[in-house]
Amino acid sequence: MSDSAASPVPGSRWTRWLPLALFVVFVGVVTWGLLRDKDDTVPSRFIGQPLPQFSLPAATDAKAGLATADFAGKPRLLNVFASWCIPCAAEAPQLAALAAAGAEIDGVAIRDHSDDLAAFLARNGNPYTRIGADNLGKVQLAIGSSGVPETFVIDGRGVIRYQHIGDIRAEDVPMLLGKLRDAGQ
Amino acid sequence: MSRVLLLVALALAVLGLGPAFADDTMPPAPYAYRQLDDPAKEAKAQALMETIRCLTCQSQSIADSDASMAGDMRSQIRERIAAGEDPEAIRKWLVARYGDYITYSPRVTRLTWPLFAAPLVILLLAAVLLRKRFTRVRGSGDATTGGAPE
Repeated sequence: MSDSAASPVPGSRWTRWLPLALFVVFVGVVTWGLLRDKDDTVPSRFIGQPLPQFSLPAATDAKAGLATADFAGKPRLLNVFASWCIPCAAEAPQLAALAAAGAEIDGVAIRDHSDDLAAFLARNGNPYTRIGADNLGKVQLAIGSSGVPETFVIDGRGVIRYQHIGDIRAEDVPMLLGKLRDAGQ
Repeated sequence: MSRVLLLVALALAVLGLGPAFADDTMPPAPYAYRQLDDPAKEAKAQALMETIRCLTCQSQSIADSDASMAGDMRSQIRERIAAGEDPEAIRKWLVARYGDYITYSPRVTRLTWPLFAAPLVILLLAAVLLRKRFTRVRGSGDATTGGAPE
């Protein structure tokens, strides 16, 4: 450029440093993107929406099946789980604690054989009121669940109020009881 | 070294630590690995499945993944397309449940419009700058002997 060539010290112009500054910003953004903790969870966008219509057959002889109409009255937990899922066994004591504290828990068993499920319940306890068999993952997809285990808080009108992704840890129990209380108000 | 690794792998298998990768033993959903009989509908389903993210293996499409949930999704997509549903309606149904993350085909939204606008803005800016430059060169060319630019 003619004006920059005419200035006495061409290198001192701040525009000379602009490309380098932009590059440093670019490297900074990339480094931040590489170093930050990646969150793999895909939350459901169906929170605040009513449960879709479904009617699942019983997953095991011991408990009845599960349908949308069962979610009327008081708030309940909807636990999406499977006997082949290890974290589901890990959260069993917490589900038992929730049931002992008065929470009503309904289960949706994903792609599960009834004898496997019966063995799982015999081993880990059975906190469920009903368990529906979702062998094609249809209900799972319809409520925006992206894996097992997941626990949804459903209010007395059948509206999804909260989603907990992953196994329930001991510290999550009071939180979920609080969400159930909130859903009842 | 490889023998040590093999021993460790064997020990893990014997100890039953393998089920960390456990998956279900149910047979796949009816249309997870079976194409639709109508080639036109199968092509539609395939095009959609290639642009839907697998939720289990999140960098793959459900067309590429062998995760059982991806199989369930493929089966449901094929069944719904066989029933005459529009692929974009199915994409919308999934986005309503999982957000834009589920689709590999980006939509123009309040958040993403700069991605689509930026190339146009840069092209426009380049055109304006170049035009300035070219007119100056022509101007100086007319004034002098029409030689090299600056």
